[in-house]
Amino acid sequence: MGGPAFFLESLIKYQYLQNAMIAAVMVGVICGVIGCFIILRGMALMGDAISHAVLPGVALAHIFGVSFFIGAVTTGVATALGIGYVSQHSKLKDDTAIGVMFTAAFALGVVLITLRRGTGVDLWHILFGNVLAVSRADLWMIFAIGLLVLVSIFLFYKQLLLSTFDPTMARAVGMPNSLIHYLLMLLLSLVTVASLKTVGIVLVVAMLVTPGAAAYLLTERFSVMLLLSSILGVISSIAGVYFSFVYDVATGASIVLVASLLFSFSFMYSRVKS
Amino acid sequence: MDAVEIKNLSVSYKGKKVFEDVTFSISPGQLVGIIGPNGAGKSTLLKAIMGLTSVDCGEIKVLNSPVSGMRKNIAYVPQRSTLNLDFPLLVEDVVMMGRYPHISWWGFPSLFDKKMVIECLEKVGMYKYRKRQIGKLSGGQQQRVFLARALAQEAELLFLDEPFAGIDMTSESMIINLLRDLKGEGKTVFLVHHDLNKAESYFDSLILLKNRLIAWGSREEVFRIDCLREAYDGRIVSLDSLKGLMVVNG
Repeated sequence: MGGPAFFLESLIKYQYLQNAMIAAVMVGVICGVIGCFIILRGMALMGDAISHAVLPGVALAHIFGVSFFIGAVTTGVATALGIGYVSQHSKLKDDTAIGVMFTAAFALGVVLITLRRGTGVDLWHILFGNVLAVSRADLWMIFAIGLLVLVSIFLFYKQLLLSTFDPTMARAVGMPNSLIHYLLMLLLSLVTVASLKTVGIVLVVAMLVTPGAAAYLLTERFSVMLLLSSILGVISSIAGVYFSFVYDVATGASIVLVASLLFSFSFMYSRVKS
Repeated sequence: MDAVEIKNLSVSYKGKKVFEDVTFSISPGQLVGIIGPNGAGKSTLLKAIMGLTSVDCGEIKVLNSPVSGMRKNIAYVPQRSTLNLDFPLLVEDVVMMGRYPHISWWGFPSLFDKKMVIECLEKVGMYKYRKRQIGKLSGGQQQRVFLARALAQEAELLFLDEPFAGIDMTSESMIINLLRDLKGEGKTVFLVHHDLNKAESYFDSLILLKNRLIAWGSREEVFRIDCLREAYDGRIVSLDSLKGLMVVNG
């Protein structure tokens, strides 16, 4: 039974563990940041939907031999557009449209992957991550996505903030709200792709929502919330990889459990304070 | 030049007419009250002038141009109840949003923008609360912060949706005085308002709405018992001796 010393020793020794750690830390930052917008826009369910909707894209990309980047973004954004179309052109509420569309996309993905059984695509790994198989190329991909996400948010901070807080004023002064919405959906699809190997499709939403929710309870300033959320994401990732290594359990789930624990601390703290 | 010119405007929402065939024009430098009973289409008219609702037909001109080219000149103070006031924003962050239209797409607030924010906070008497989270203020204080945001925008036209709903008297008189100052500077201010008692003393022009335009113009032209009776379905009591009006179930 190893402790922290054994973990550190292994971290220095094994490349795969280093890769896993770096990937998890980057994912913690990216998800933490974009998650703040998801929470404040009341789009937790949408986040879950887009991450699930990436599955058929990954499957199709594998079938046609293209990068699953392209596949994932295509089906992710297409689902977001579909949800928008259905809820605007029927009397259905958003959450119903989301429920209908994303399960359809997800089911299609499962069917496509099981059709191609035995060709090396492991459904389990896509759904729940396979952090021990993170390659150098994966790291670069996650890094690139992270950079894109952070730069976009840095550049369009004002637009994102105003359209989230007061969409009517945003429109009144001429900000393209729906463009901003779909830009966010695009980033969300990319973030899901970045998180595929560490936490997997099913649990990405936890990395998006949980650290952000914990941060929301702790601060009164949005810029601080962004920072705090990404720090909590990183702590969850490091501790999660550690526990997963030491106790030999699934990494994604272990990361998410740490995040949930941090959330419960934050919740208790805010209860005591008020 | 008119501040706002509306011709034959009809708006419907989900297949139901909100109002139709509304025509009026407002010259600059006025406080304009949009009044009428609940569901008369007051907020919808406000949003239509700002170019935020799709219209069935009609023409909207703001400062002699289509509204799409005038967006920088439009400041909006929303109904507080439509916002998430638990949002992690400090008072000064909210007021800074008024500067956003003046900052380039990826630019950052300049020193001038920051000075402007301080100045506007001082005008509404909220400077010492600048580091408070907005949800931790009283309704009147919140409304003053949103007015400071509109002031920071330096717009020619201001649109306020029920700014006096549920706020204290001090804030209300402070806000109306600031709006009068703006009027003095030649700006045009539109207010959705439901309290008839004060409407007469607050506004220079009135627009009386009840799913159509019942009357518009000066106080004298609109504040007539027949017009008000029509808008409020006769639920109106006049006390001629006091030259006063009372609305029952307005």
